[in-house]
Amino acid sequence: MIYHYIKTSLKVLARRKLFTAVSLFGVGFTLIVLVVVTAMIDHLLFPTGPERNHARTLIVESMVMRSPDRGSSRSGQMGYRFLSRHVKTLPSAHRVSIFSETDSALSFVPTGKISSEMMHTDAEYWQIFEFDFIEGEAFSQQDMSAGNMVAVINQTTRRNFFGDNPALGQEINIDGQSFRVKGIVRDVPLIEYHAYSDVWVPITTYKSTTYREAMMGDFRAAILAEKSDDLATIKAEFQAMLPLIDFPDPKQYNYMNGGADTRIELLARDMFNEYDQAESSAAKLISIAIGLMVLFMSLPAINLININVSRIMERSTEIGIRKAFGASSRHLVVQFLSENMILTALGGLLGYVGAAIVLRMIESSDLIAYADFHLNFRIFIVGLGLIFIFGLLSGVYPAWKMSRLSPVQALRGGQA
Amino acid sequence: MIQLQGIIKKYRTDRIETLALEDIDLHVKRGEFLSVMGPSGCGKSTLLNILGLLDIPDGGTMTINEKEVLAQTANQHARFRNQHIGFIFQSFHLVPDLTVVDNVEIPLLYRKVANKERRQRALHALEQVGLTPRTNHYPTQLSGGQQQRVAIARAIVGEPDIILADEPTGNLDSQMGDEIMDILTTLNKQKATSIVMVTHDQLKADQTNRIVRMFDGRVVD
Repeated sequence: MIYHYIKTSLKVLARRKLFTAVSLFGVGFTLIVLVVVTAMIDHLLFPTGPERNHARTLIVESMVMRSPDRGSSRSGQMGYRFLSRHVKTLPSAHRVSIFSETDSALSFVPTGKISSEMMHTDAEYWQIFEFDFIEGEAFSQQDMSAGNMVAVINQTTRRNFFGDNPALGQEINIDGQSFRVKGIVRDVPLIEYHAYSDVWVPITTYKSTTYREAMMGDFRAAILAEKSDDLATIKAEFQAMLPLIDFPDPKQYNYMNGGADTRIELLARDMFNEYDQAESSAAKLISIAIGLMVLFMSLPAINLININVSRIMERSTEIGIRKAFGASSRHLVVQFLSENMILTALGGLLGYVGAAIVLRMIESSDLIAYADFHLNFRIFIVGLGLIFIFGLLSGVYPAWKMSRLSPVQALRGGQA
Repeated sequence: MIQLQGIIKKYRTDRIETLALEDIDLHVKRGEFLSVMGPSGCGKSTLLNILGLLDIPDGGTMTINEKEVLAQTANQHARFRNQHIGFIFQSFHLVPDLTVVDNVEIPLLYRKVANKERRQRALHALEQVGLTPRTNHYPTQLSGGQQQRVAIARAIVGEPDIILADEPTGNLDSQMGDEIMDILTTLNKQKATSIVMVTHDQLKADQTNRIVRMFDGRVVD
């Protein structure tokens, strides 16, 4: 029976070329957009580059600080003092790194001006984020303690400064400071935004040391757990630490709030500006994302429903014949749903190929720095799910409507 | 075999109600070849549709093999049609997207018949109507007479107890019409298949065992 359905579907699709082309375009285009979005979300939530330890990493990125009367407040990134005294010391954390936001930095070379993104980090940063070193190595705690002016650069920066010449051990001048190149890493896509930069230098190379006493500032922290099961404990320890914060001037500020987040939680916190609470609304964000996807699929699905209804009504005589010779409503629903699923699957294949092309175009367009949106098995499975939902959405109603026709009505071409 | 008593069928639109069948009593015996005649619009096809459980009357009773069938569900009717009834339509009603042999296989799809057996039985039915060389053609590649033979093969492939033929020769020239009548007569004689045939053609009706005449939704003779 299934073999017959598949054979019939392929014959119908081959013989009704215009309908097939219109439907495949609709399904294919929808799935291109959805697979591209899925690929971006996938790489955002499940990075495969330096942030590949995301499953056992928490990020402390933004918090809020309030005055005793709660009338005055500051929100944003944290200062080194808070992170080094209170986050670095969380008992269940395996490793904690403090690192800055990236800043745009300028360099002047004989051939012109080079603009780079620069990040200040500690030595533990390199043990939490797993960079692919092409040459050399990361700076160490000894470099930090000695105040060595060293830098790790990515391959694009290396090319910009040195072309094809050796870079390791050479000096680069950025924002008026000279750094010796100690390591060269592969480019990190912007989407891994805690690891993304062009140049990484030790925190100790800041021109001033005033950052050390700030409760709020330009810093973030990454907390690596020994295993992902420890994340809940670390979060609890983080919350327990908040009331015990040692404020430098409690009369000015004596309250801090926020949370240590996984990637999705962090995204939700930023999206909904939820800085003054322990947990962000990750579930709400997921629901909205799913809702938007379904909504986005609904429009072409409704279009396909209309096409399917007229296509099926065109075939109402066939339905009448099949009913006359013993097909039940269930047989016909399964048949027409199978046809729709096959059509959607073919559209899905086109969608995958189209999405791969679009992702390549995005990668080469420099729209997202160092983007690397390859399709993987997880995206394939999500895409398969989307195809299935799309096929059902656009096929169930026409199949049901058709199955309600009486045999005589169907034989008359759908007329009552 | 099939007993109709007091069958009434009405068609309704927003404004008017038309009585298509009025108090029809009819008994179709096993192995009988019966023709139904009457002017256009007298209810012949409606009667045939009710006999084939394709349409449900508004009143009356219908028993098949002494079992009341009108109270059964649509799915039970579908199963009954599949097991016991074959249809032949004036305009052939073949599925244009399927080959001849695939069209003939349709009734067997809704029985639990293995692919191989289904194909063998369809080929055998096509052999019976003399269409073996055309098995892989599409309906549009055949003449009207050949299409009607495919429809007959489809009607007989499931070896039904009764065949309901709605003007099976109506769209064919006289020679083709005669060929179709020969096939139906042979089927009736050799396999004792009951046949109810709607026709306008007195000569064709004369070849059957009994003629039922209708006028304005009633059986008049």
